[in-house]
Amino acid sequence: MSVDLSIKFAGIKFENPFTLAASPCTDNAQMVARAFDAGWAAAVLKTTSVEEEVVELVYPMMAGLDFDDKKVIGLQNIDLISERHIDQVEKDVRELKKAYPKKVVGASIMGQKKEHWQSLVRRLEAAGVDFIECSFSCPHGMPERGMGSTIGQNAELTERTARWVKEAARRTPVSIKVTPLVPDLPHIAHAVQKSGADAITAINTVKCLIGVDIDNFVPYPTVNGKSSYGGYSGAAIKPISLRCVAEIAKAVDMPISATGGITTWRDAVEFLLCGARNLQVCTAVMKHGFRIIEDLTDGLSVYLEDKGMSSVEELVGLALPNIVEHSHLSREYKPVSKINLETCVKCDVCYIACQDGGHQAITLDEKRLPHVDEEKCVGCSMCASVCPVWECIQMVPR
Amino acid sequence: MAARQTPDTLDMAVRVASMDEVDRGLKPHQALAEAGRCIFCHDAPCVKGCPVGIDIPGFIRRMAQRNFVGAARLIRQANPLGAVCARVCPSEAQCEKGCTSAGLTEPVAIACLQRFAMDQEMARGIRQAAAAAPTGRRVAVIGAGPAGLACSLALALAGESVTMYDSAPEPGGVMRYGIPPYRLPREVLNREVDWILGAGVRFVGNTEVGRDIGMDELLSEYDAIFIGAGLGEPATPDVSGLDAPGVISAYSFLRAAGQTDPAPIAQPLGRVVVLGGGNVAIDAACTALRLGAEAVTVAYRRAREQMPAWAREVEFAQDEGVEFAFLLSPAEVLQADGKIMGVRMTRMKLAEDDASGRPRPVPSGEPDEAIGADTVLLAFGQGANESIFSALPSLARSEAGMIEVDPETGASSMAGVFAGGDAVNGGSTVVLAVSEGLRAAAGIRAYLDSSREGSECR
Repeated sequence: MSVDLSIKFAGIKFENPFTLAASPCTDNAQMVARAFDAGWAAAVLKTTSVEEEVVELVYPMMAGLDFDDKKVIGLQNIDLISERHIDQVEKDVRELKKAYPKKVVGASIMGQKKEHWQSLVRRLEAAGVDFIECSFSCPHGMPERGMGSTIGQNAELTERTARWVKEAARRTPVSIKVTPLVPDLPHIAHAVQKSGADAITAINTVKCLIGVDIDNFVPYPTVNGKSSYGGYSGAAIKPISLRCVAEIAKAVDMPISATGGITTWRDAVEFLLCGARNLQVCTAVMKHGFRIIEDLTDGLSVYLEDKGMSSVEELVGLALPNIVEHSHLSREYKPVSKINLETCVKCDVCYIACQDGGHQAITLDEKRLPHVDEEKCVGCSMCASVCPVWECIQMVPR
Repeated sequence: MAARQTPDTLDMAVRVASMDEVDRGLKPHQALAEAGRCIFCHDAPCVKGCPVGIDIPGFIRRMAQRNFVGAARLIRQANPLGAVCARVCPSEAQCEKGCTSAGLTEPVAIACLQRFAMDQEMARGIRQAAAAAPTGRRVAVIGAGPAGLACSLALALAGESVTMYDSAPEPGGVMRYGIPPYRLPREVLNREVDWILGAGVRFVGNTEVGRDIGMDELLSEYDAIFIGAGLGEPATPDVSGLDAPGVISAYSFLRAAGQTDPAPIAQPLGRVVVLGGGNVAIDAACTALRLGAEAVTVAYRRAREQMPAWAREVEFAQDEGVEFAFLLSPAEVLQADGKIMGVRMTRMKLAEDDASGRPRPVPSGEPDEAIGADTVLLAFGQGANESIFSALPSLARSEAGMIEVDPETGASSMAGVFAGGDAVNGGSTVVLAVSEGLRAAAGIRAYLDSSREGSECR
C-alpha cells in the first residue's frame, strides 16, 4: 500500500488507527494475540480492578437488536468488568508486550477509591502498559457501587478521579472514557482537560432496555425470569457516538479515541473526519470476528488512495468546521426534490411520506408516477430518505 | 432473508442478433443487496469450491462496505483472470454449490458479485502489481491461454523473465478463439491480458513450437518451460460426406466468429445442425443463430442428462430458440448437386455404462431419419495436443493420453518442463487452467531455486 495508515495518539504511534475496545474481545492475552496476528494495531484489555473488588457476572448477558433480516444492528450487554483482576491483567500486559513489542497494549481500569485507582495505575505501568484507559462511564451494574457512569456524569468527580490517576501515572498516557449520558458533554470534556489527563475515549455504551419478551413480560436478556438495564452498543449507536466525538473535538484540544458503533471503514473515516485519532471497535468484532480488520484497513487505504491522500493524519478533523450551530445554518438555501422517472419503480413510498410526513408536494399521475409540485416542496428530503431505488430522488438547489 | 438478485439480460430480440454480452451484470443496489445476503460463515465452503481459492467472504465483506476496488484486488490476488472467470465459471457447480446461504434460501450469487467488483476495477484501471527484482532466470511459456497467462504473470511478478509463445496472433487461447463474445466480451479479456503483459511478460504470436521455433531451441535457451498449449485437433467422427462444403468444425467456426469481423463465415448458414453435446456444441449453436442461421438443431447421441454441456448453457440455448434432438447419431451427410441437404441420423438407445461412467448409446434398430441442413457443425471434442508430444517424444502421458504431471508442482516427466491447463486435464474450465498455471509457476520457481545456476532444462 502506498498510503500510510499509521497515526499517533497520545504520543504513541499506532500502525493503524484500529484498536480493540475494552470488552469480551480483549479478556485474555490469547485472544489479543490472535487479534494482533490478524492485523489489529492495538487493544485495550477488558476493564480490570483490584483483587478485593468482587465481580460476579450473570448469564445470559447479551441480547441483540435485529432489524428486518439484519442481525445485531445493536447489542445490549449486562456484562460487568473483567472477573480477571489486576494480578492476571498485569501478566497479560507483560506477555503481550514481550511477544508484540510494536503493537500497542492499553488497559482499562475501574476503582472504588483513590488507593485502588492509583495501585492499578502503578502496577500496570510497572508491567509496561502503553496507555491506561479509565472507565468513568459503564452505565449498568457498576454505578450501583458508585463506579462507572456515576463518576462520568459528574464533572467534579471526573476531574478529581482523573487527577488521582494522573498523579500515579509517571510516564503512561491516560485516557478518560466518558459516557454520552450527560446533558453537556463539553462540560465533562473540560473537566477531563483540567485534570491533566492526556486523552478522551468517547463513548461508553448507552443505557438501554433492548426489548421485552411479549409472551412472559420479561425484558431481554432474561436472567432466571428477570432482567436489568444494560449498555447499548453496535451500529445503531454510531450517530450518538459520532456526535459526542465531534462535540468533544470542538470543545477541547485533546486527542480523542472514538468508540461506539464503528463497523465499517466508512464509519472509521467519518470518526476521523470528526476529530478522532484512534478508533476502537468491539461489537462488530463480536459479530464478525477479528478478521474484519482486513476490511477496515483495506477500505481505508483505498479511500485515501482515491482521495489522493497519503496518510490517515490528513483526515483528522476535516468535518469539524462544517458542523455549526443550528442558528448559523443558511435560511436562504432552498433545495427541491427531483425524482428520476426513468428509474422510478412506482412504489410511491415518497408520496406516502410526503403526504403524511411532509408538505403534500408529491402527487401521482394516472400511471402512478410521482411528480413534485415545486411550489409546495420545501425540500425536507424525507422522500429521498425513504426511496428504495439507487439515487432515484435527489435534493437539488432551486 | 432477501431473495437472490438476478442480473438483467439483453432483450431476446436484440440478443439473438448480436454478439453483445447477454448478461448485463448487477446494478449497484443489487450488488449491495446481494453482498448483504452473505452470512460470512466460518471456514466458508465457497472458498473450497473455488479452484483458485479466492477469499470469497473477504471480497464480499469489502463489497458490503462499498469497497469494490478492494474486493477486486483481493480477487485478483488469487485469480489474475478474475473478470473473465466471473463470466465463464460454472459457479453453480463450484463456489455457489456449497454456499451456506442455500440452507436459508438460495446460494449467494458469487459470480455476479465477482463480476460487479471486477467491472468496477476495470472502469478505474487495473493497478499494476509491483514485480520483484529480476532474477536473471528465463522461462518459456508455450501457449497463451488461461494456464499460460496465469503462469506467466506469477513468474513475471516473481522477477523471472518470461516469454510466452502462441501459434495464434494474439494471446488468450480458448478465451479469444473459443468462447463467444456474447459470453465473454473481448474488451474484458483484452484488459486482463494487457494487464498481464504489462507486468513484463513478452508475447510472441504466430509462432508454433515445432514448426516456427524448435523445441530444442527453447530447451537450450530457457531455464524452464511451461506447456499450456491446450488440446489438439478436433476429433472427426466416422461419418461419410464430411468433405462436403458446408461441413465445418465448430472450433474453427467459433474461432472465426469470435473475431471482430467474422468474414470467413459470411456465407448464408441456412439451417444448421450441430453434432455433439458439449459446451462447444452449445456455443456453436448460439453463435450460428447470431450469424443469421434460419434454424439451429443440436443433435446428440445420448440423452439430455448425459450431455457434457452445463445445464445452464443448454437452458440458455433453448431460451434462444435452439432445438435439441437427443439419441441421434450421425451416419451420413446427405448431399445433392454438391450441396448439403441434411444429415442422416441413426436412432440410438442407452445401454450399459461405458468407461466414462455414462450409458453407452447403441443403435435402437429403428429406421434412420434425416434432419434437413445447409450447414453442419462438428463438435466432437478435441484430442491430446500431438504436436507437443512429437516435439518432446520422451514426455510421459497420463492414462487419458494427456501430459502427465506431478499433482503438487505441475512438473512433467522431463526435468525443467512443467505443464497445466487442458493439455494436462484433458479439457476443463478456464479457472482450473488458471489454477494449474499458478501451481506450475510455484513449481517452476522451486525447481529453479533448487537447480544449479546456469543449468539447462535437462
